[in-house]
Amino acid sequence: MTNRPDTRSRGLQPPEQEVGRGGGFQPRDGRPKAVLEVRRLTTRFRTDDGVVTAVDDVSFDVLAGETLGIVGESGCGKTVTSKSIMRLLPEHIASYGEHSEVRFDGVNILRADSRQMRRIRGDKIAMIFQEPMTSLNPVFTVGWQIDEALRYHTNLSRRERRERTIEMLRLVEIPNPERRIGQYPHQLSGGMRQRVMIAMALCCEPDVLIADEPTTALDVTIQAQILDLMSSLKEKLGTAIMLITHNLGVVAQVCDRVLVMYAGRVIEQGCVREIFHAPQHPYTQALLESIPKHGARRSRTHKLPTIRGIVPSLRHLPAGCRFNDRCTYCQQRCIDEEPELIERGLPRPVRCHFPLNQALASADHAKGER
Amino acid sequence: MWAYVIRKLVYNIPVYLGIILLTMAALRVRDPVAGYLGKNATQSQIDRLTEDMGLDDPFIVQYGRFLWQIVRFDFSEESWAQPGRSVRSILIDSIPPSMSITLPQVAASAMIAMVIALISAYFRGRLVDRVLVFLAVLGMSISYLVYIVFGQFFGAFLPQHLDLKVQPFAIQGYLPWLTEPRNWLTYCLLPVMIGVIVALGFDTRFYRAVMVEESSRDYIVTATAKGASKPKIMFVHMLKNAMIPIITRIMATLPFLITGSILLEVYFNIPGMGRQLITALVANDFPVIQAFVSVLALLFILSIILTDVLYALVDPRVRLS
Repeated sequence: MTNRPDTRSRGLQPPEQEVGRGGGFQPRDGRPKAVLEVRRLTTRFRTDDGVVTAVDDVSFDVLAGETLGIVGESGCGKTVTSKSIMRLLPEHIASYGEHSEVRFDGVNILRADSRQMRRIRGDKIAMIFQEPMTSLNPVFTVGWQIDEALRYHTNLSRRERRERTIEMLRLVEIPNPERRIGQYPHQLSGGMRQRVMIAMALCCEPDVLIADEPTTALDVTIQAQILDLMSSLKEKLGTAIMLITHNLGVVAQVCDRVLVMYAGRVIEQGCVREIFHAPQHPYTQALLESIPKHGARRSRTHKLPTIRGIVPSLRHLPAGCRFNDRCTYCQQRCIDEEPELIERGLPRPVRCHFPLNQALASADHAKGER
Repeated sequence: MWAYVIRKLVYNIPVYLGIILLTMAALRVRDPVAGYLGKNATQSQIDRLTEDMGLDDPFIVQYGRFLWQIVRFDFSEESWAQPGRSVRSILIDSIPPSMSITLPQVAASAMIAMVIALISAYFRGRLVDRVLVFLAVLGMSISYLVYIVFGQFFGAFLPQHLDLKVQPFAIQGYLPWLTEPRNWLTYCLLPVMIGVIVALGFDTRFYRAVMVEESSRDYIVTATAKGASKPKIMFVHMLKNAMIPIITRIMATLPFLITGSILLEVYFNIPGMGRQLITALVANDFPVIQAFVSVLALLFILSIILTDVLYALVDPRVRLS
């Protein structure tokens, strides 16, 4: 199956035109500046049954103003990666690798003290979460909760903060913000609460916004609105977004670059159109194939392709390539040794001994270069 | 807010009427007069007591009359076992001693336990936390009686026996607060301290569990991601949420504390409600039992209403629904 995959028949939107709408993001004048550099991030948890490595040697950059998607199945380490960047994991069970670094503005976040962390959190790097229903404190008004971030990070007066809060609520398209600031989270719908979370995260104009599955808990129409809102605010404020999701449709809609993770490791990364057009890793390809096809002919024999098996337990990782027990192309070498994430003359880094679609990927990449 | 309070009060009126009905019925299952006077009573004695209490009237009449008594707080009948004292005076005299040991006890144990629980939750899983939890379990595992005996011996008896200069505690007894404030303190301090120590173990463990549960909520992560410091998170975000179960706990123990310090009242010879109720029960003192049970039920209901009001103050979700 190394021949060219027909993206159209897979029901994806034609990548040449619409994928990656979030940006005409192209590295134009050389490489754009990286605002956040993650190097060899390894996160381990001490559990009752021993140490579990949830994120293993993950490196990537978040470039200024881009939207970076991180995709993968549940349990692949997406959320742990994002929470490691913010140091939000419970410190008494989580620890980071010796060589791990998360560089932001000259500071290694993983080794920063609590004062430095407080200055970064909410001001330079902000985060929104999956569950808008529980992420807001139920006993304080939403106005108070947005105001709190401004209190910590700005010198604005009470009245200025109030104005800023109202302005932020207006920016996230909440009608009647003067009334809303006095309301409690339970008086708002899920979509409204997520908008409040976005307002709270963006009120100090952070350089990076980490969005951990921000639309998963919302219904589909609200999902689209929230994604639109995030994209437009990104343009307005110039904030880079790191979007964690398991929804490839969302990636296609808003991301510039994608990182595919599997069992705690990065297995492939590249621009959205490259990944969607010519996935090199069998796992990426399988993920793309298991998207339901819009308007595909329903027949009794045709079933939606799935990836057989389940994500391996982090306690019992297979030897060699971590995907080998589920991979259609698995060979002896895949069981014997784990592939490195290197470019090896390939257009994009991929963690596979036998990458797919090489010719196509190279062609795409060359096109991108020009 | 006031509408909420009044609604709660009105809702509880039928509950209270039911409680009184059941109490009165239960106390009349066996003839209270015969039970009190015993086998050797003469018919004229029985008739006299029955007539005094109006026990020969139809039940519905007695019910109405007793309710009217409660409304006016008019328990003017004479106690059977303590001739010459009205039920009302027994009630009124026994409330202040009870309150002087239960109220400080509830307040002190709640405050101290909350502070310890916060410290414990702050250092969760570390040595400080483990030591505190161990002490809490140890404290609650030791019997009330051990504390009483040790307290009375080492705190009160030995200093008196050795004629030390500092004699902070009295072995037993009670003097009213208004007339003898200094002695009142001497009498109440030891029972209050023992009550606090015993309650502390349970309270600390419960509050710690509440804090730990709150500390793993999503909104705590949000607050951290916003840049809030750990003390801010614990004392502002967490504490206000934790107040909901904590209020429940404090208020739920309140009515039991009124009667529940029976042990302390008996051992320290404090003439409180608990001791009076026990005495009345043992002596089959029908008018006292009936009045005490009704008043305690009223206190119980009032404390539940107070709990609901406090909820509404802390939790906006209750307020508006």
